Amino acid sequence: MRWLSDETVRHLKRVAEWPDLGETKYRPLEELGRGGMSTVYLAEDTVLGRRVALKVVSTAAARPEIVERMRSEARVIARLEHPGIVPVHDAGMLPDGRVFYAMKRVDGKRLDELSRKMSLPERLRVFQRICEAVAFAHAHGVVHRDLKPENVMIGPFGEVLVMDWGVAKVLAEGAGESFVSPTPEPSSCSTAAGTIIGTLAYMAPEQAEGSNGQVGTAADIYALGAVLHFLLTGRPPFDAGAAERRARGEARLAPVAPRRIDPEVPRPLEAIVLRAMAAEPSQRYATASEVAAEAARFLDGERVLAHREGLFERAGRHFSRYRTPILVVFAYLVARTILFFFARG
Amino acid sequence: MADDTDIGEGSGKFPATRHSAVLAAQSPNLIERERGLSILVAAYWKPIYKYLRIRYREGNEEAKDLTQGFFALALEKEFFSAYDSQKGSFRTYLRTCLDRFVANQKKAALRQKRSPGAPVVPLDFEVAEGELARSEPAADRTMEQYFHDEFVRSLFALSVETLREECALRGKDLPFRIFERYELDRDPDERLTYERLAEELHIPVTQVTNFLAFARREFRRIVLEKLREITTNDREFRDEARSLLGVSE
Repeated sequence: MRWLSDETVRHLKRVAEWPDLGETKYRPLEELGRGGMSTVYLAEDTVLGRRVALKVVSTAAARPEIVERMRSEARVIARLEHPGIVPVHDAGMLPDGRVFYAMKRVDGKRLDELSRKMSLPERLRVFQRICEAVAFAHAHGVVHRDLKPENVMIGPFGEVLVMDWGVAKVLAEGAGESFVSPTPEPSSCSTAAGTIIGTLAYMAPEQAEGSNGQVGTAADIYALGAVLHFLLTGRPPFDAGAAERRARGEARLAPVAPRRIDPEVPRPLEAIVLRAMAAEPSQRYATASEVAAEAARFLDGERVLAHREGLFERAGRHFSRYRTPILVVFAYLVARTILFFFARG
Repeated sequence: MADDTDIGEGSGKFPATRHSAVLAAQSPNLIERERGLSILVAAYWKPIYKYLRIRYREGNEEAKDLTQGFFALALEKEFFSAYDSQKGSFRTYLRTCLDRFVANQKKAALRQKRSPGAPVVPLDFEVAEGELARSEPAADRTMEQYFHDEFVRSLFALSVETLREECALRGKDLPFRIFERYELDRDPDERLTYERLAEELHIPVTQVTNFLAFARREFRRIVLEKLREITTNDREFRDEARSLLGVSE
């Protein structure tokens, strides 16, 4: 009998997890990534001749509630047909009972990995796209509940895709509401009252308090503010220590203002972050579209509604926005003045 | 939910549940008890031997005697019959029995306790000793974790061996060779692709992927079958499968 090294044993664990897709049209090619509950494989759709990403629930997590979460996740994504949300092509069950779904393969990078290399306007344009996808989901009664830069992929052609709808919540369509995910994980867990779902560093206070019944679209607005915070400062609004404090009862802890981390952050953008991340849901933007519109105003040199600007700031903004015509007029006036004195002399 | 996830079950594609070796080891029937014990010995003797060498710093000969003595006594005294799956995994129970056994044996003359018929299956201690020399336990692992790691290693090694034997019997040597080359013998730094393997073996890439898929599927089936054999009920089996296949990052 052969001896297996530690490395080989670790590898064989993965091999034993390899999905048996013999009775499906998919052929697994390689492992793309692994999370606490599932593994994503690159697979070939042998009928259509295209490559897809196949998300398969892990054996280690194969509890009925996880299986249900995967199914629900597939159903949630399937109803959200939007260019900012990765489409699901198919879902099924492996012969060993594990659930899988096939989705578009996104050959991109995560926002948290890419954002440092992007200019501020580029980051804001990505942010607008995230807001648009979230607004679309909200319009279809779905709250993501785990928005963070790690769950946003940027494709090779600049596509922005909001991923990981595994803990999304479907708001009422008739009576009551249904939850997609009841699964304990370090970052996200059961929807039973008093338990926390999502990622603490980006999570709304009502979500961090475990008041799942009160978690609505406003929780995603808060998370959008937190994502913008990250895009402006390069770090989450709550560090590990603060996130821990939030988990231990200080859910309403205020985030560190972006300009305290980086004084170069423009004040209007800081104002957007702070309004979106208001502790009280009613104080936040009402919709994700409003957040997107605020980012658009800043990019267009218009006044950001969340920010009360001073006279000089307003003048500066107008100057920035109308720099060319102002400079042309100014040059014209200077030229006329010189000509006037020249003619008199 | 009607179709809850069942590891190794679900569609009936996997073979029916085998009779648990742990339950067999608890049987009042000596032949049945021997059958169960031989399966348990095959899965656990190496982890036990290495555990004795590392935890108790026993010499090579002492560890051999203790390992054989432990299984011989298990057969004789039926101490697996006291195992209750509600109280924890069989693996944990086994280790507790072993610790107790070692404590008792230190007081008594071990060799006199050994049955003339022991061991139940031939144990190649030279091999175990060689493996021990090749892999020192990591400093950050507790003895419990070490025992678990060695159990997983033993189970996988047994499964690979069974896969090899089954493939040979079914005339599927090539799928096993591909599995061996791609999954077992691959240098971590080597960027072995399906295409390269196909070139090496002078077969089409699709054959490599099909054979590999077959061997992986069979390997998973064998691992789960063996695991089912050495657990007492579905719940313990599932817990053990999760613990076994849960990959720590």
